[in-house]
Amino acid sequence: MKVLDIKLLRDVRRLWAQVLAVALVVGGGVATLVLAVGSHRSLEETRIAYYERYGFADVFAQAKRAPKALTDRIGEIPGVAAIDTRIAKPALLDIPGFSAPASAQFVSLADTGEQHLNRLYMRSGRFPAPGRTEEVVVNEPFARAHGFVEGARFSAILNGRKRELVIVGIALSPEFVYTVGPGDLMPDDRRYAIVWMSEKVLSAAYDLDGAFSAVAVKLQPGASERDVVRRLDALLDPYGGQAAHGRKDQTSHAWLDHELDMLNNMSRTLPPIFLLVAAFLVNLTLTRLVALEREQIGLLKALGYSDGSIVLHYFKFVAFIVVVGIVLGGIVGTWLGLHVTALFGDFFHFPFLVFAKAPDVYLTAGALSAAAAAIGAFRALREVVKLPPAVAMQAPAPPVYRRLLSARIQLDRIVSQPTLMMIRNIARHPVRAFFTALGMALATAILVVSLFTRDSMEHLTDVTYFLADRQDATIGFAEKRIANVVEQVSRLPGVLAAEPFREVPVRIRHGNVERRIVISGRPAAAHLRRIIDVELRPVILPETGLAISGMLAHILGVGPGDSVEVDLLEGARRSVTVPVVATVEDYFGIRGMMEIEALHKLMREAPVVTSVNLSLDENRTEDFYTAVKSIPTVGGVALQRVSWRTSARPSRCSSPRWRVSTRALPA
Amino acid sequence: MSVPVFTAKALTKIYVSGEVMVHALNEVDLDIPEKEVVVLLGPSGSGKTTLLNIMGGLDRPTSGRLFFRDLDLTDLEDRELTKYRRDHVGFVFQFYNLVPSLTAYENVALVTEVAKNPMRPADALALVGLEARMHHFPAQLSGGEQQRVAIARAIAKRPAVLLCDEPTGALDSKTGIRVIEALLGVNRQLGTTTVIITHNASIQEVADRVLFFADGRISRIRTNEARREAAELTW
Repeated sequence: MKVLDIKLLRDVRRLWAQVLAVALVVGGGVATLVLAVGSHRSLEETRIAYYERYGFADVFAQAKRAPKALTDRIGEIPGVAAIDTRIAKPALLDIPGFSAPASAQFVSLADTGEQHLNRLYMRSGRFPAPGRTEEVVVNEPFARAHGFVEGARFSAILNGRKRELVIVGIALSPEFVYTVGPGDLMPDDRRYAIVWMSEKVLSAAYDLDGAFSAVAVKLQPGASERDVVRRLDALLDPYGGQAAHGRKDQTSHAWLDHELDMLNNMSRTLPPIFLLVAAFLVNLTLTRLVALEREQIGLLKALGYSDGSIVLHYFKFVAFIVVVGIVLGGIVGTWLGLHVTALFGDFFHFPFLVFAKAPDVYLTAGALSAAAAAIGAFRALREVVKLPPAVAMQAPAPPVYRRLLSARIQLDRIVSQPTLMMIRNIARHPVRAFFTALGMALATAILVVSLFTRDSMEHLTDVTYFLADRQDATIGFAEKRIANVVEQVSRLPGVLAAEPFREVPVRIRHGNVERRIVISGRPAAAHLRRIIDVELRPVILPETGLAISGMLAHILGVGPGDSVEVDLLEGARRSVTVPVVATVEDYFGIRGMMEIEALHKLMREAPVVTSVNLSLDENRTEDFYTAVKSIPTVGGVALQRVSWRTSARPSRCSSPRWRVSTRALPA
Repeated sequence: MSVPVFTAKALTKIYVSGEVMVHALNEVDLDIPEKEVVVLLGPSGSGKTTLLNIMGGLDRPTSGRLFFRDLDLTDLEDRELTKYRRDHVGFVFQFYNLVPSLTAYENVALVTEVAKNPMRPADALALVGLEARMHHFPAQLSGGEQQRVAIARAIAKRPAVLLCDEPTGALDSKTGIRVIEALLGVNRQLGTTTVIITHNASIQEVADRVLFFADGRISRIRTNEARREAAELTW
């Protein structure tokens, strides 16, 4: 080994704490990059493989009652590769030992055993036997939440009739990777299930013999989704079809997309911060080392070492740090990546995981770290070259300091000598002082970024559950109901207040930009489910016109005063022009809001509701649960307060902010 | 008379500091023959170290010429000056300038690794009587031992010239005499031309010639008919 390399190793050993600190920062950058990009790719590839192997459809549509004969005509739409028609209905569940009402999406399984699309991955058990009316397959998260295995029993109210059901299989489906009940904001596996049962049994229960209520379509490669959606809408229109939509508007897919986007964003925000700090630290460490070894650099030059060989020596020092950082970061990033991928895989209940091999990520991370270190080292190494040997071997001349203020102002009378030294040191190296402050700022930024998620979640929960959606529960109906149902519901035991709510699916358009959203109608001065503006003040909806999410306004390029075209995808299916009257801050997706009477007028329909929002008496919730389970027309019950209690930490209730918020609740 | 190792003609070095010009060397003419031991004497700021630095290729003159044998040092590029230092010059400094993280052996090897025809580091250390201490770090050696390691490092490349800037300046008399002995021993055994800067007038007795410096010029030259041995010195 060359003597200079021996010196290098001893320098590294002597400065091990600094070397380790810089290496850890480099490693942090590499690890976050490998973690985020690696797990994003793995999950993306897992999703692609899952979708492909289990035939996840491209286009989805619902109808009230479409004849099976329509299947062939759907198949004739250019671009359609495969079709699956089925019955999909919401229903209320009654689970033994679980007092709160749970909801479920019932989906039919072809009795021939043939599943073309959205095929089930059976975790355990079997498909329901033909003719067995009580046998069902349930989704794994629901089964796990209740500790259900094959043979477990529960009841469901199907089309107003209570039925005893027995689980014969537990399954996963690419269509329901992420399941969230209607009216709920967060998934609650105990209270929302996907239940598959025999098509024959389900069609009999809903009087849908020879008919279907949902269709899934697989497109041929290169087919136009927009075209197929348009033709499918036209075919289903006479049969109460609701707007067909692509994967983008499919709940599970959209949520999954969003989660994967977050991982992707992480790979773009955190690593640059780490790498900037690393560049700064390399600069600091190397500049100090060069200053300390000034005489040795001069000596090496005097002994006949070229500038290049001396620079190489110090460059090796930096390279050592970077290599240690890259190796450490690579190992930790890979380990965390596998862990995070498995964690997400478990969270989404993927039946298998594909760990993407990504050598380019390691190369990119390595190259970025090396570049950051090289930028950091540049100035110090330039000093090495510039230093003349004769000058280097003499003690450095005293650095030039200057008075900070006029000579008449005796600064030393105001501050102590050590403080004066400190101030002049900072003033002498303003760039270094600036970068030191910047480095600390970036280090703080890393902390803030990581803590911000928790804070923003708290804020989001706070605004959502205590300012906007203040209802304790929402009763959703399987079909829309005339508005006097609100009065009936308000008479249920434990109900303190009830407010009507109506949702209409629409396509909203401005210029060439179009989105599929839901317009919700509510009383102008809703007390429970309120609309909150950017200043966190309740918005009173005007008698006409549409309020839309700020993000939707941004997407469409409209603001208050502009008009948008709206295709009503229900009822008379008219296309109308509606003025935008307000934009609203919205944390959960994009939507439109109207005063409920205005919405009825727009639909040219008598007052109807799709759900009722409720305020409940906490002491009578059990009575309410029992009563609601006996209402045949209820398709689902969302319990927002229960969701919040299970997802929020109890300790937060005692914080002053939460106390202020809860005071705003109706007494 | 043998060919001079160094020939200086009107060698001048001017330092400019703000608006002040300092003539560190003022038109110095000089010949130093092979194998000669030359002592430069004079007060601080008289130009001794400037001359040594220019002879060693560590600095450049403002005007005039300096030849190392046939090589004109004044026109050399940085890279050529580095090669000149590597191939021909051995330095000994007042404060030894050893690399603290390397042992005595490794400090010498620092030179032998880049030199053309070096001796083995152990042999160089044996020449200055340090074969038993070669695996010690500088912090484990006395001042005199450290300076002898520096001499071993300087001679390990078998340089044509040995340039010593106050080699005994930081040492007590007994240790200083041992260092002078080592330098004279190298001069005798290897025939290395040796230039020694000193403030210590006693050391002039060991030289072939003594150059007295004042105000950037050689004010006087004294030739010793017979060199005294280091052991005979006292101060």
